[in-house]
Amino acid sequence: MKNNRIVDHPVLGKLEDRKEITFTFDGKEYTGFEGDTVASALLAHGIRTLRVHEESKKPRSIYCNIGHCYECRVTVDDVRGVRACLTPIREGMAVDSGKGLPSPLNPSIPPEELPRTYAEYEEKSKETRGDTDA
Amino acid sequence: MHDVVIIGSGPAGLSAAISCRENNLEVVVVDEFPKAGGRLLGQLHQEPTGEWWNGIKETEALLERANALQTDIRLEVSVYHVEKNDETFKVYTNKGTIESKNVLIATGAAETAAPIPGWTLPGVMSIGAAQVMTNVHRVKVGEKGIVVGVNVLSAAIAREMQLAGVNLHSMALPAANIVTGDQSNPRKVMDALARIAHLAPSKFIQFGSRFARASSFVRNTAVKFFPPGGVKMWGMPVHIRKAILSINGEDKVESVTMCKVTTDGAPIAGTEEEIDVDFVCIAGGLYPLVELAAVMGVPFKYIEELGGHVPVHNEQMETPIEGLYVAGNITGIESAKVAGAQGTVAGYSIAKHALGDEAIGEHVKNSMEQVKTVRANASIQFHPKIDQGRARIAESFEVNHS
Repeated sequence: MKNNRIVDHPVLGKLEDRKEITFTFDGKEYTGFEGDTVASALLAHGIRTLRVHEESKKPRSIYCNIGHCYECRVTVDDVRGVRACLTPIREGMAVDSGKGLPSPLNPSIPPEELPRTYAEYEEKSKETRGDTDA
Repeated sequence: MHDVVIIGSGPAGLSAAISCRENNLEVVVVDEFPKAGGRLLGQLHQEPTGEWWNGIKETEALLERANALQTDIRLEVSVYHVEKNDETFKVYTNKGTIESKNVLIATGAAETAAPIPGWTLPGVMSIGAAQVMTNVHRVKVGEKGIVVGVNVLSAAIAREMQLAGVNLHSMALPAANIVTGDQSNPRKVMDALARIAHLAPSKFIQFGSRFARASSFVRNTAVKFFPPGGVKMWGMPVHIRKAILSINGEDKVESVTMCKVTTDGAPIAGTEEEIDVDFVCIAGGLYPLVELAAVMGVPFKYIEELGGHVPVHNEQMETPIEGLYVAGNITGIESAKVAGAQGTVAGYSIAKHALGDEAIGEHVKNSMEQVKTVRANASIQFHPKIDQGRARIAESFEVNHS
């Protein structure tokens, strides 16, 4: 597994031993250290993509890393829109990447593909999100 | 009911909290980051004396003083609104509403974007993001990267990344577009570097210092004949005649496209080259983070020397709204030392106001002098005409207040 930790530093010194914390990201288990944020713990494992853009579904990662830009929105223990860069990891925390949203009124979708009923809309939403349980 | 809520636990907020607590005020400091210290935490540079300015150590020293005075510091608390009804401020946070008689907004600064095509790809981040990952979280942001934007902040942080063993290809300008403005103009960038040359201790600035006292003709010549391989800073090329046209990749950063530019920053066709990188740091500079002052209805003034729109305030750190104070980078972009000194002023001003004790006025006065001393001795200055900017904002306060 990838490890991007800066252990030895010429000025800041050696990284102290810290308590290990286990959490999940999209169902997969990861370990980080006390003091890590969701964003730093995942990046230490080489994981950059934290969400996809709600409409374009393009991948996104941290940008500012200090809470200003809101690019790193994830779902933490079922709470959506949480900033990964400000959220410390906690034991057993379940983090899920930010998902795309259905965009049935997107003008680029040809009319014949638009949902005609609410049932169809829900069906399409599941497809877009790649959900199995929604 | 608290005497004061301090929003932001950076050098300004913590220093203010200390002077308030010395006067036994009921203080609450809130910050949305999980660690106190603000942007100070990530800072790491060598002073002209050769000593290291270590933001983590500086933060620990401030926290030690604040904790000795039993200061109530609440982290992971985000403020989304502040209002004043009669004499009481209500500070709305994600963890409830806090009421107080005074409020100090010490929210610091945010980074200006220099968007270029591809900048939303995972692997692109602001230079400050890389600083926090590197020095605070101790995580390498990638295997090999490039810094887009050449200025005092990006030079300092590029050096910090090198120290941590992060591999940087080079520093170059962002390609010109409607947003990047002066950041993509080699002449303007050279002027800015030359202006700060005498202040900073770094190798990078030593390169700039060769042109510091030079005429604009000499500087323009230097821009014109800037070495195609860049000027080396600690072995890393710094380019001001090359710009990044785009950041490329499917689902993450895979490369950047670099090209040569004219002395005015126009891309020269046919000079494009692709450079493999897995991360890109965008450095557009800093601007005061002022939204909370805006929702409070504080008047603003645009002052370039201070980094943009700043809330009107006086040297005592008062705004025209009674009981509302500002300190640190929200009042203008300067070093952490200046921010701390301003925080001390604000703390004493609040204590004087809250206790109605004229004797504290002496502390206010002395700490105001201290701000000037610290400013004059600052080793990193973001704008050479900072004093003029400060004078202009103080003038606006008088106009607004009379």
